Order: sequence, then C-alpha cells, then structure tokens
Amino acid sequence: MMTETCQMTKMEIKMKTVEIDSAGLSYRELNDLMRESMLDGAEKIILKNVTGQKFIGTRLYFPKASKTVDSKKLEIEIFGTPGNDLGAFLHGHSITVFANAQDGVGNTMENGEIVVHGRAGDVVAMAMRGGKIFIRDSLGYRAAMHMKEYEDKTPVLVIGGTAQDFLGEYMAGGIVILLGIGDQEHRANFIGTGIHNGVIYIRGQLEEEQLGKGVIIQELDEHDHQVLKNCVGEFVNHFGAELDVKAEELLQGEFVKLVPASNRPYKAVYAN
Amino acid sequence: MKSYLLPEFLLERDESKCIQNRACCQACVRQCSNGVHAFDSSQGKMVSRPEKCTGCQRCVVFCPTGALRVVPAPPSYRPNQNWTVERIRDIKKQAESGGVLLRGCGDDTGHRIYWDHLLLNASQVTNPSIDPLREPMELKTFLGPKPERLSLRQGGREDEFELETEILPHLVVETPILFSAMSYGSISYPAFKSLAMAASELGTLFNTGEGGLPLELRKDYGRCAIVQIASGRFGVDAEYLNSGVAVEIKIGQGAKPGIGGHLPGEKVSSLVAATRMIPEGSDAISPAPHHDIYSIEDLSTLIHAVKEATNYQKPVFVKIAAVHNAAAIASGIVRAGADIIALDGLRGGTGTAPKIIRENVGIPVELALAAVDDRLRSEGIRNRCSIIAAGGIRCSADVAKAIALGADAAYIGTAALVAMGCTLCQSCYTGKCNWGICTQDPSLTNRLNPKLGSNRLINLVRAWSMEIKEMLGGMGLNAIESLRGNRDQLRGIGLQEWELDVLGIKGAGE
Repeated sequence: MMTETCQMTKMEIKMKTVEIDSAGLSYRELNDLMRESMLDGAEKIILKNVTGQKFIGTRLYFPKASKTVDSKKLEIEIFGTPGNDLGAFLHGHSITVFANAQDGVGNTMENGEIVVHGRAGDVVAMAMRGGKIFIRDSLGYRAAMHMKEYEDKTPVLVIGGTAQDFLGEYMAGGIVILLGIGDQEHRANFIGTGIHNGVIYIRGQLEEEQLGKGVIIQELDEHDHQVLKNCVGEFVNHFGAELDVKAEELLQGEFVKLVPASNRPYKAVYAN
Repeated sequence: MKSYLLPEFLLERDESKCIQNRACCQACVRQCSNGVHAFDSSQGKMVSRPEKCTGCQRCVVFCPTGALRVVPAPPSYRPNQNWTVERIRDIKKQAESGGVLLRGCGDDTGHRIYWDHLLLNASQVTNPSIDPLREPMELKTFLGPKPERLSLRQGGREDEFELETEILPHLVVETPILFSAMSYGSISYPAFKSLAMAASELGTLFNTGEGGLPLELRKDYGRCAIVQIASGRFGVDAEYLNSGVAVEIKIGQGAKPGIGGHLPGEKVSSLVAATRMIPEGSDAISPAPHHDIYSIEDLSTLIHAVKEATNYQKPVFVKIAAVHNAAAIASGIVRAGADIIALDGLRGGTGTAPKIIRENVGIPVELALAAVDDRLRSEGIRNRCSIIAAGGIRCSADVAKAIALGADAAYIGTAALVAMGCTLCQSCYTGKCNWGICTQDPSLTNRLNPKLGSNRLINLVRAWSMEIKEMLGGMGLNAIESLRGNRDQLRGIGLQEWELDVLGIKGAGE
C-alpha cells in the first residue's frame, strides 16, 4: 500500500514537469508543445536549447471557467536565448531565463513573473499591467513605456544595471527600479517624458537634463523605502548569489525618485 | 480676457408659442448641458446665451410647443473669400487660449467626395435585372484570408470528397456593413451597448475601440465584437483578446493620421477606469505610434503575438489611416500576417482631433481603397486579406460603390451615431453631448436607452441592406460577391484623367 502511494506521487511529479528540447523547432511548434503540456496538466515546463523562439508563454492563456483545466499557473524555465516578446500578454505564469533575453520582454503582460539571469533588449515591460519583471543586468531603449496600474494591479520592473533612453515614457502607473549595480553610470536621456502616474527609483547619480518633460524629482518617504526594501529584497533573492550583493548594501545607496508633475500632462495644450 | 468671439448660432424663440413663465415646462433649460437657456424669474421670462450654443438641436427637438429655432449665425464680418468667418474665429480662439483647436466628427471642409462622382450601372435589355423582393439576394460576407486554391481528398465512399485545404479563421457577417471602432470612454455606455445589441441582432459586428470591453457585455456580445488594441493598450489582457471574434490592431485613424489620442481625465469615470484599467480621473493617453512597432517586422511581431494569445483562432485586423503611400503600406501589412485591413479615410469621424490635422492630413478613402486593391491584386496577395473601407460612408450607395471599388465590407461610425441622435455639432470633446452619446455625465447618458438606440441602428442597417439589394438587382447581380472589385459597374463623372486612373474606372459614357 505504502509503496504504491509513493510510486503514485513519483509518477505525478514526473507527469507535472515536462521538458522540451526546443532545438530546431519554430516558435509556433514550440508554443504548440507548451500549450499541449499545459492542457495535459503540466505544472512546470523546462525548455532546453531555446534559440530565439518568440512569444514563449503567450499561448498559455486559458479561460478561467474551463471545467477541464483550472487556470493554475505554470513555472517555465528557459535554457538558451528566447526570442522577442517573451511573455507577451502573460497570464500569471512565471518564467525564468538562464541567459539573456531579447526585445519586448513582458509586452502588455498582465500578471506573473519574469526573471532574466542576464540582460534584455529594447521595449521591455511595454504597457505592462501587472506582475513583476527582474532583469539581472542592464537593458536597452524604451523600457517600461506606458506601463500602467489599476487598483491592486501594480506592475514592477527591477533592473540590476541600467537602462537606455526613453525609460518610462508615457508611464501611467507601476514601479520601475534601476539599481546601477557595479557603479554603472546612468546615461539614459528623456527619462519619463509624458509620465502621468507611477514612480521610477534610480540608484546612483542622475543629472536633471536626463529627465524628460513633466518629470519631477521627489524626496523619498517611508513608503518609498518600504517599496524599495520589498522589491530589492526580491531582486536579491533571485540574483544575490550570482552578483555577490546583499539587499542592505544596495538599499544604503542614494536613490533618486522620479514622479509625474501632473496626471494631466497635456491638459493645457488645447484651446477648447 | 475679454472674448472677441461671436456666437456661432442664433436662437429664435417664438414668444407666442413658448410656455414661458410656467415653471412646469423649461424643457429647453433641462435639455441643454451648455447652459444656453435659463428662466429669469425677475423678468418672468426665458433668456438665452447663444454664445454657449453648439447647434446640437436638442432643445429644438424637445421643445413641446415647437417654439425654438437654432440656426447658424449668418457671416457677420465683412465678406472675405480668403479670411472666412471660420478662419477669423479660429484665430481669435487661439489668440485667447494659446492652444491647439479641437473638433469632434470627421473633416467637414469639402475635400472632394469621390462617392458623389461615381455612378453605378444597371442592366438594360442584354442582361435582365433582378427583383430582390422576389428573388433571393445574397449579402452574406466572409471576411478573412481565402486559400490560394482548394484541394480535395477522397472521402470514405468513392463519390465522397473532403476538403483538404486548411481554412484559416474568418468572420461571417449577414450584411457588408460593420460598426466602426468607437470606444467606451469616448462614447457613453448606452451608446456602446446600443451598437453591441444592434450588431448582435443584425448578424454583423461592432468594434470596441481601444477602451476595452466591459466584463458584463462579454458573454452576450463577445460573439459580435471586434476587440481593438491600440497604442494605449487600454483594458488589454489575454482574456480581453479572447473575448471577441477578432482583434483589431489600430495603427491609425482617418480623422487624425499619425497622432495619438488623449481621453481627458474628466471622461475617465469609475466605470471607464475599470474597463480601461487605469486610475479614475487620469488622462488616458494613447501615444502616436505603438512603441513596439517601428517597422513592418515589428507589426508582424505584434500580429503574431495576438495570434499566439488567441491560439490562432481569431482573425487579426490592422487598421490604418488612408495616407499617401497606403498601397505600399497595405502590401506590407498583408505580408506581416494581417487577415483584414481596415482603411480609414480623410473624412472618418472622431471624438476629438486637432482641427488642423483633421482638415489637412490623409487622403479620401475612395482613392486609397482603389490603390490598395490594385496593389494587392498586382502582387497576387489580395486573397490573403479582406479590406474594410471606412471614413465617410454616408449611405447605402457609398457602401455599394466601396465594394465595387474593391472593399469586402464597410465600417460605419458617424452614420451609426447620427442614427442614435447625433447631429454632428462637432463638440464631442466637451463631454457635454446633449444626446447622451459622447459623454460620461450620468444625467446625459441616461437620455439614451440602449434598446431604443439599437432599434434605430437596426432599422438603419436593414434599410441600407435592402437598398444594396435593390442596386445589386438593378445591375443584374444576385450576390454581393459579384460586385466585389467589379469596377466595370462604376463610371466617373466630373473627374480628371488622373482621378479616373487612380480609381481604375472609365468616365461616364465611355
């Protein structure tokens, strides 16, 4: 009896983790396999030999009301380099990449978590509405553009290094943190142009000229320190060992807090 | 600052008809959200402030004794062909405010309306015309990619064959008239619901615009909804993308090609905020471009991201404004993987656009449509997508002419609003629409009942569909398919050589 139960448990564990060799698969084929695995009840999917396949995680939306499969969340591990739009429209799953990621990570992502053990390309977290993205190193241009929040959904983007121009343009909510680990210089310009909600925290030096129109610098208050403590804590949980950093060290640095001057930035533009 | 502006409308009150001092009436006072009418108790009579009047005619329609008349003020400056009253007024307005002029509705400046220079054919003698009252007449329209060729395979029995070709997802509508994108936020909830109800009843589709689809409407009206995703990505998540029958990626709009949109915070009520998933009272800003689309390749990525998110079950529309290189752009859009292209012309409507953009940017949809259809045919990719013509479709003949020029169907926006009560006062951006259409003020939105609003829409589309059947029958055709791209049924009148050339039609009498 005992033995049988043990075997059952073992079987279940085995069934619930699926490993897919992605070599030579088109993105559509790979995403087909991932969807099938989800419908078969997989809880964790490990992708090996990923070579630029796009939209990983996007096809894993399944209506909540389904009788056969509840909308449980999958854990996805990616070995190799995923292609553009990793986790686009992501519906609550968590994705860990053990390499660099490309453009469009978390595009219009709804919920879940994306952790990248490396760097990421342009337009990361574009129009992201919820969930969290942690990038160990730096990323490219146009990050966190038009990120937005509503009620309990506040998207969070934490970047270990720095980001390039247009960070947080049109931001309509959410939290963006640049940690500048390793004394990285922040060279981005036009930060937060048109921002009308949300907050950007930057650890390190920043010149006023680097800010876009409608952004102001504000003193950090108790709430900000709590937000930073939580988010940096999570970042360090993911990458602390790799980067050999501790949360306390990072939190001791100087942070610049950027917020919108108004949540109606273009009100005065019109005549009528 | 003292305003130098003159009233745009004159108010004429027939004192002998007006109920005046009886407090029980004052219908005009209650109907006007602009505060034009008031009862002055010290004088014991009605007074008015015509400078606040937008000319929407609400008070005229609802005056129980027919005592009111609102007419455009006659030109009141010294006549000048160059410096028209409108130009002078605009300058004064800007001198007083320093701002960009806004206007609602489509371009009204009278750029050539090609529909009015196209004439349809009818059969005489050599080919009998058909009476749609007696003969079956097919308006059913299939939107989406069509296979290059069909192949069959042997079925179970010797004389049985099965379709081998994969048929990609497409849409079936009972009439080639769809409701164009009008978002909840720009229009009121009852107006939005009226469109949904009418589309459902008519077997056609409505388009959510970029303001999301309220959750409670998804169950009943998702099956007739095209859900839109625009640069603001408002209310967009996987569930939303899957809630309709198709997804439209909006790149541009005919009324304001190349620019974004700002839904002012005043219009972002708690319900609009919930549907758009942004904080209440915050501006809803749609950037000019999608910042993840800077090329055809990027567009292809978003198209396929949407297809992935909807498990390849829904056709994807791409909507663009009709601009100079529309044909080449459309070719790129088809190659990027779009299933349906919506082409929105210069005269397309809007809740708000800068006046200067509305009047000066873009080209008429008729020319763009003909050019796009030609280009896709010449490249042998016309079957890979459908085309929907939009922007200034005013009557059933415009629909028929659009289809003859190469469209698969037409979107109507302004015509639908007019059916619900809109009088094109062009003041949508004020949020004070007296007809309850383009406002979020509950005291105004309550004026529109979705049941009654949808009835008007249903009547309109049924009437147009009948008229299209009449026109088809006259041409000796019994299916809308036979008119599609059938430019031989069109002749131009009052057009120059180059115009006939672009439209790909002969002149009348040729």
